[in-house]
Amino acid sequence: MMAGRKAAWHINPAYWFLAPALGAIFTFLFLPVAAALLLSFTDFDIYALGNPDFLRFVGIQNYLHLLQDPLFWKALLNTAYFALLGGPLSVAVSLGAALLVNAKLVRCKGFFRAIFFLPVVTTLIAVAVVWRYLYHPRYGLLNYGLSLLGIGPIDWLGDPHWAMPAIILMAIWKNFGFNMIIFIAGLQNIPEHLYEAARIDGANAWQQFRCITLPMLGPTFLFVAIMTMIGYLQLFAEPYVMTQGGPSNSTLSIVLLMYEEGFRWWNMGYAAAVAFVLFAIILAATLLQLKFRRADDA
Amino acid sequence: MRKMAPRVWLLCAWLLAFLAGCDTGTEQTVVVKFWAMGREGEVVQALLPAFERRNPGIRVRVQQIPWSAAHEKLLTAYAGDAMPDMLQLGNTWLPEFVALRAIDSLDERIRNSAAVQTADYFPGILATNVLDGITYALPWYVDTRLLFYRKDVLASAGVTAPPTTWAAWIEAMTRVKARVGGDRYAILLPINEWQQPVILALQLGAGLLKDNDSYGDFRAAPFRQALLFYVEMFHRGLAPPVGNSQLANLYQEFANAYFSMYITGPWNIGEFNQRLPDSLKNQWLTAPLPGPDARTPGVSLAGGASLAIARSSPHKEAAWKLLEYLSEPAQQLEFYRLTGDLPSRRIAWRDPLLADNPYAQAFWQQLQRLKATPPIPEWERIASKIGQYCEAMIREAMTVDEALAALDRDVDALLEKRRWLLRKRR
Repeated sequence: MMAGRKAAWHINPAYWFLAPALGAIFTFLFLPVAAALLLSFTDFDIYALGNPDFLRFVGIQNYLHLLQDPLFWKALLNTAYFALLGGPLSVAVSLGAALLVNAKLVRCKGFFRAIFFLPVVTTLIAVAVVWRYLYHPRYGLLNYGLSLLGIGPIDWLGDPHWAMPAIILMAIWKNFGFNMIIFIAGLQNIPEHLYEAARIDGANAWQQFRCITLPMLGPTFLFVAIMTMIGYLQLFAEPYVMTQGGPSNSTLSIVLLMYEEGFRWWNMGYAAAVAFVLFAIILAATLLQLKFRRADDA
Repeated sequence: MRKMAPRVWLLCAWLLAFLAGCDTGTEQTVVVKFWAMGREGEVVQALLPAFERRNPGIRVRVQQIPWSAAHEKLLTAYAGDAMPDMLQLGNTWLPEFVALRAIDSLDERIRNSAAVQTADYFPGILATNVLDGITYALPWYVDTRLLFYRKDVLASAGVTAPPTTWAAWIEAMTRVKARVGGDRYAILLPINEWQQPVILALQLGAGLLKDNDSYGDFRAAPFRQALLFYVEMFHRGLAPPVGNSQLANLYQEFANAYFSMYITGPWNIGEFNQRLPDSLKNQWLTAPLPGPDARTPGVSLAGGASLAIARSSPHKEAAWKLLEYLSEPAQQLEFYRLTGDLPSRRIAWRDPLLADNPYAQAFWQQLQRLKATPPIPEWERIASKIGQYCEAMIREAMTVDEALAALDRDVDALLEKRRWLLRKRR
């Protein structure tokens, strides 16, 4: 009895050490998220900002409205297009670059690694300015190259059909370096003796890649796939600086929609609802990927 | 409790004395925080030393904000209770800041002021600063949109004078198009801009919204007719279906006669003078907008920026002094000299600097014929919807009637809160 009561009063000292960090996380993460959740059930807008009497509690109206908003579906489709096409492509390019840079025949590995990593650390605004020129329908380098192949000019950023592929191309170029570094680390962790053994058994390069490199990169793949997907579902900066969501909303992403609703039009309630829907989508996609991976491993 | 060491007490006392010292320091000079946008924010600083000499007790601290971020920054400042004392506002933003109760009425101060005479402002512009009979801001500089055109190209196509009616306009554009050929056009109307179609609709007398600005009125005859005329210009190949972001260098394109007419504002007078090649220096001119027919004048939008005083400001008196100073005709002229922004005081236009300027004279005429967009906080949002649907019409993703029906539906949904507020007020 006595011992039990004593235990109930006793707080594990570890919690005291954790308290500052937990306090900070609670104040700066959980509280704002809870506030945003509350906000998504109201119609908080500039009228409410000026006079709290004009705030209405609207229940799940924002979410219902969202489901009927053609702009939201358009943004969702655009984001899915970007993530489903751009994500795997980006991972493939990263892996390819990692294999090339890591190949034994390559000299100046550090130099190439740095070159490929450069776009990641370059300011997006500067990149966007240069790419806008590359994509220019009449003076752009890209269309010049195509014209040499006998292909007519493409209005990359002005044609609703080409704007998203143009954004994807730029995003891949901008981001593949980061995943490449992670893949290189993964590749260097594969013990050399596995390859030696395979060579002795007479495996060619493709067989070595398929049966040793890919399986050994499994955990790296999972990490890269999840991080890329989360990043790509949060597409924002590229269309924001390149097209502002145009032409004809063909590059409007969910985060861009949320930003416009929240900070351009100050419909905070609606924007919060968009944020939570995106959160749910990302969570679901991540769980799905983890599940697939576990099924693979089993 | 442990006693505090004497040294700590000493430190506290010293700190207190220091803070008190700071306090008396700020009482003597008032610091007016002034937020101005873009180039204006940069240039206005040149006018301030004279103001500070005249008012030794006032210091002005200008913060320059890029136009693209200004709206968000001001709303955030209001939400965070960090408003400046005086602020520059685009006059279409005014209803929003009035709804927020972020800016102060100026009526009392204007009545007691010798320097500010409201009769001297362009009536069409001043009207955008008055809501429900209360003046919330004063125009700082004015702007409206009219026709910039290539004299040489029009002349070579047999058009000797700028068109004054829609019929003459179409005729002139058709001739220019026939003259310049297939891959060049007569006029540039960026398809994502709402201003051009709205101007045409206002010229036909469209109200845009109805029932106390609480429902969209875009299917009404004048708006529909204006849109048909506007979309026609693209379908006949007179205007290229391109948006702003697709033109890498507007001035180069104008020099190449990619387009020979352009509806734009006074900021481009300076830009055109500066950026066009020397051979084109006297080959372009400005003209007031054509009207639907000879009897109906070609109105344009009442634009520009105003100066307002924040309701939360503790230094309203000093801010008003600065507002009065910047409203003086002499300062307005100097500001024009520095930026090319047109003065809001009509008396300043008598100066030869403007009176003898052929580019500015078209603006003078246009500024007598202005119409304002509906003065409600939702307008910016509605305008962006108009731009979106116009783009869809031009790209033929929607017919004009489909787009107008969708526009009315979207705008009605946007104005739901406004209708609720109007009912509540009743």
